[in-house]
Amino acid sequence: MTAEPTQDDITREIQEKQREAAERGIPSRHPSRDFAPYRSSILRHPTHELVKTDPEEIERTTPAFGHIDVDPYESDLTIQHPGEPLGERIIVEGRVVDGDGRPVRNQLIEIWQANASGRYIHKRDQHPAPLDPNFTGVGRALTGDDGSYRFVTIKPGPYPWGNHRNAWRPAHIHFSLFGNAFTERLVTQMYFPGDPLFALDPIYQSIPDQAARDRLISTYDHNLSVPEWALGYRWDIVLTGATATWMEDEHADH
Amino acid sequence: MPTTEPDPIATDNAVSGEEHPVLTERLAREQPLEGLPPLVQTPSQTVGPFFGFSLPYDGGPELVPPASPGSVRLHGTVRDGAGTPVPDAIIELWQPDADGRMVQEPGSRHRARGVFTGFGRAAVDAGGHYEFTTVVPGATGDGPRWALLTLFARGLAHHLFTRAYFVAEGEAEPTDSLLSGVAEDRRGTLLARQDTATSYRFDITLQGEGETVFLDYPAAAR
Ligand SMILES: [Fe+2]
Repeated sequence: MTAEPTQDDITREIQEKQREAAERGIPSRHPSRDFAPYRSSILRHPTHELVKTDPEEIERTTPAFGHIDVDPYESDLTIQHPGEPLGERIIVEGRVVDGDGRPVRNQLIEIWQANASGRYIHKRDQHPAPLDPNFTGVGRALTGDDGSYRFVTIKPGPYPWGNHRNAWRPAHIHFSLFGNAFTERLVTQMYFPGDPLFALDPIYQSIPDQAARDRLISTYDHNLSVPEWALGYRWDIVLTGATATWMEDEHADH
Repeated sequence: MPTTEPDPIATDNAVSGEEHPVLTERLAREQPLEGLPPLVQTPSQTVGPFFGFSLPYDGGPELVPPASPGSVRLHGTVRDGAGTPVPDAIIELWQPDADGRMVQEPGSRHRARGVFTGFGRAAVDAGGHYEFTTVVPGATGDGPRWALLTLFARGLAHHLFTRAYFVAEGEAEPTDSLLSGVAEDRRGTLLARQDTATSYRFDITLQGEGETVFLDYPAAAR
């Protein structure tokens, strides 16, 4: 039986993986699927190289979503129950654009998150922190004509997750995004500036490139904050369909 | 929204290290950014274990009503590198209608009777099994009939794309440029084979023996 890895073990593994990535010298846009410090990845990453193919019409198109799919109230996660949720009320606002900066319009954004105590409403979340009867933690919105979105929610708490001893996820909001083509589909997580857990988190650190990691951190924007009511965070999202493998292959000596 | 303020995309860390001073102006004119480097992709992160209260929705797996004329089941089991079923994956289906048309109809989340949107979403059950009710996709051109599947799971830092080529019982195996470029011993992983009169089976193996062919689209990246 192997002993439960400590944070130091995991941190050392993260640093080794990132050193290897730096030696390859290829800035990667996405996390590597083969990233053992994130233990659940070990049996779940493909070992064959992805097969490169030209996108056909199916892959170049994407579902249309409309007002039939999303109620405007779904973008406010603080009004889904009779009472107000506990925690720090925040506004998260930004734009979704493609690689040319063109807005991704009228597209579906879905978010989900833990409550202020770091507890998900999900039945398998075992974290002994309180549920909040006034907070579900699910939001949806359609982007505007300029690709903009805006959610009102509460700041999620960090939570333990059992990857190793004393493993804690930095506070984050999960985002699901559709682009202008299905190849641009993205599920990711938005973080908050200055989180002390960044360096310790193998999920966040599975992205080998610091500049790429930074793109997941929202910016506190005082102009977005509403006096006497909520703090504002801005986070813009770029969907190009570019993949890490492509970057790697372009530079790899086979 | 007015764009009189400095453009956040140009200045904040969404694209740290890249300068896009005229982005706001170009956005206002809705023109592509000629002569400027493309913006940089936002990285993926795992869907995690706790999507079950958010991403699945009623009717998500049913692109057409169960048992409606022409409906078929597309189903399979997701397995990891040890052959163990993956109980926390979620799969999206995107496909043409039976006539091979890519429709642009809203209503995938709140389905209206008689409206085919081409999109569905199904979480696997505790045994790693997923199931859609849909139609056999028509061919969009001269080639074979297939649907795009996108798989998200805990432990998977970045989703995986694959294609399910529908093969009816007794039908010859399809060919196209993708299939002919895949090693013969792996080609079968892309085939959704008919297993009953109204059902097609498409298992997904993330790793190891029988590993599914997953796809990458370098030409799609701008
Ligand atoms: Fe999470």
